Amino acid sequence: MTPALRILSPGPLTTVQDLGRPGHQRLGVPVGGALDPVALRAGNALVGNAPDVGALECVGAGPTLIVEADSVRLALVGGGAPAWRRATADDARETALQPGASFTLRRGERLRIGAIVHGAAYLAVEGGFDIAPVLGSVSTYVRGEIGGFEGRPLRAGDRVPLARAEATPRREREMTMDFLAPADTLRVVEGPQADFFAPEQIEAFHAARYRIGAQWSRMGARLEGPALPPAHGFNIVSDAIVRGSIQIPGSGQPIVLMSEHQTTGGYPKIATVISADLHLLGRLGPGDSVRFARVAMEEAAAARTLLTAELEGLARRTRERPDAVDPFERLFDANLISGVFDAGPSWN
Amino acid sequence: MNGFRILPAGDSAFAVEFGDTIDRIVSERVLTLAQLIERAHLSGVLETIPTFRSLMVAFDPARVAFEALARTVSKLAEPLVAFARDQAPSFREHRCWRAPACYHPDVAPDLEAAAARLGLSMAELAARHAAPSYHVYMLGFLPGQPYLGELPESLALPRRETPRLRVEAGSIGVAMRMTCIFPRATPCGLNVIARTPLPLWNPTQTDGLLLQPGDALRFVPVSLETFESLGNADARASWRWRDDEAAE
Repeated sequence: MTPALRILSPGPLTTVQDLGRPGHQRLGVPVGGALDPVALRAGNALVGNAPDVGALECVGAGPTLIVEADSVRLALVGGGAPAWRRATADDARETALQPGASFTLRRGERLRIGAIVHGAAYLAVEGGFDIAPVLGSVSTYVRGEIGGFEGRPLRAGDRVPLARAEATPRREREMTMDFLAPADTLRVVEGPQADFFAPEQIEAFHAARYRIGAQWSRMGARLEGPALPPAHGFNIVSDAIVRGSIQIPGSGQPIVLMSEHQTTGGYPKIATVISADLHLLGRLGPGDSVRFARVAMEEAAAARTLLTAELEGLARRTRERPDAVDPFERLFDANLISGVFDAGPSWN
Repeated sequence: MNGFRILPAGDSAFAVEFGDTIDRIVSERVLTLAQLIERAHLSGVLETIPTFRSLMVAFDPARVAFEALARTVSKLAEPLVAFARDQAPSFREHRCWRAPACYHPDVAPDLEAAAARLGLSMAELAARHAAPSYHVYMLGFLPGQPYLGELPESLALPRRETPRLRVEAGSIGVAMRMTCIFPRATPCGLNVIARTPLPLWNPTQTDGLLLQPGDALRFVPVSLETFESLGNADARASWRWRDDEAAE
C-alpha cells in the first residue's frame, strides 16, 4: 500500500494547505492557503521542508490519525494544540508530545491532536503529501471544491498519501514558539472606501473592541461590536477584495476577510489589515476579541520588511533536540474542548 | 468621474478606480490598463484583478514601493481617460466564445414566469437573449463565473424575491441589465432562463468556456436533445467554441 496518514477522526475542519495559489484572482480563483502562514512555515522548518510545502491545517480541534508508512516525521505548530501519541490501538497509555518539536512515528502508531485554543494548528510532514498541485498549489479551496485532498476537508477513513515512505534518519529538531502567540490588536491602514464613513464612525471603529462572531469560516469572520452602517450608502458596484479587507454591509456589523475570501464584493471597505499582521488574523477564532489600530502606510511597509527578515531566519531558529526524556511530555493532560465552527454558508 | 483614483487596499495592493457605475467605457479602461500593465512587465507586480469599476493591482512591497508603483501605473492610466467618452481607443485583445444555451422549462426553472412577466413568448425571450454579443465585465463570486452585459432593456427583470436554494451548474440567469452563467450548483437570486451544457472554468480539464475578463460571448440556442448530447465530453469535441471572426 502507498504510504499515507489514515484519518480515524477528522476534527471539524482539517484541510491540506500551503501558501496558496496567487495569480488567478482575475478568473475568480481565491489565493487561499494557510490562515496562519507563519505557523505553517515554522512547522515546515522543523521537519526540514521548504517553507511552502503543504501541511494539515486544523481548526477547532485536530484529527486522530494512524501512520500507514514505515515511518513519518511530523511537527505540530500553532493554535496552542496539545497532541498525544499511542503505540498501538490496544495501548492504554497516551504520551503527550512536546509542542514546537519534530517527532517521528512508526507504522501503526496513532497521533491524536486535541482542541485548538486559538486560530489554526499545522501538522507538517517531512516531504509533504503526494498530492497533485492545482494551479501551482495543494491548498484546499473548500467552497470551490478544488485542490488538497479531493477538494474538501478530511473525513474519517481518508488515506492522505505521503510523498516519503519513511523519515530521514536524523535527530529531531525544536524551536521556541514565542512568536506564535496570538495578538489582540491588529494594525490596519485606511480602506479603499473609507470615504463612505463619517469621521466619527472611523474613530469609533478604531476605538472599539470587536468580538469574532460564530459566523466564522476560512473566507472571513463577522465582527460583533459597535454597528457602523456606512453613512454614504452600502451598495457599491463590485470591486476587488484583498485578504484583510474589512467590509461593512448595511447592517453595520463589519466582516473581516481571510485567506479564502471571494475575489470581488460590493460592500464599502473601511480598513485593511496590514500584510505583516495577516497571520495574526488567522490566529483569531470565534469568541476572541480584537482591536484595529490605525497605522500609516510607512509603518505597514516597515513591519512587512521586519517580518520578511524574521521568516527568512526561521530555519536557523531550529536546533537539534536533546535525546533526554522531555519534561514537557508529562505536563500535558487531556483537556479536549470542542469548538463550534461554521465552515458553511457564505454571506455574499 | 472623468479621471481615476488610486485607492490603497492594504500595503501590497491598490485599486485604480475609473468610475462607480457599470459602464462599458469604464470597463474598457479597466481592461486596457490590465493589458498595458501585463505588457510592461512591471517589477514587483504579482497580478491584476479587473472588476466593473476598477483594476486591483497586487504587488510585492519588497520589490517595489507603493508610491513608485502608483506613479508608474498612473502614467499608464492617464492616456486612457484623456479621450472623450466615445473616442476612447480600445486596442486590447479578446476572444469571442459561443455558448450553447437551452431555453427549455425542463432545465430553466424561471423561463415560463420570466416570459409571462415580460409579456413575451418563451421563444421570443430566447431569441432576444441570444441576439447580442455580451461583454465579459469580470469574473468573480465563483471561479470562472462571468458577469455579462448589457442585457437588452426589454429583458430587464428584478432579482427573484426569494432566492432559490440551488440552481444547477451551467444555469444562465438574468437580473436587471446583467446576465450570468453559474459554473457550479449554487444558491441563486437571478431568474434562470436557460442552461448551458458546457463546463465553465475548471482547472483540471482543458475544454470548456475558458473565459477571461474582456472576452465576448454569444448564446446559441439549442434543443433539449442537443443540450443532453453536449453533456457528453466526446460530443463536445464537435462544438465550435470560438467565434473569433466576429471580433469587433
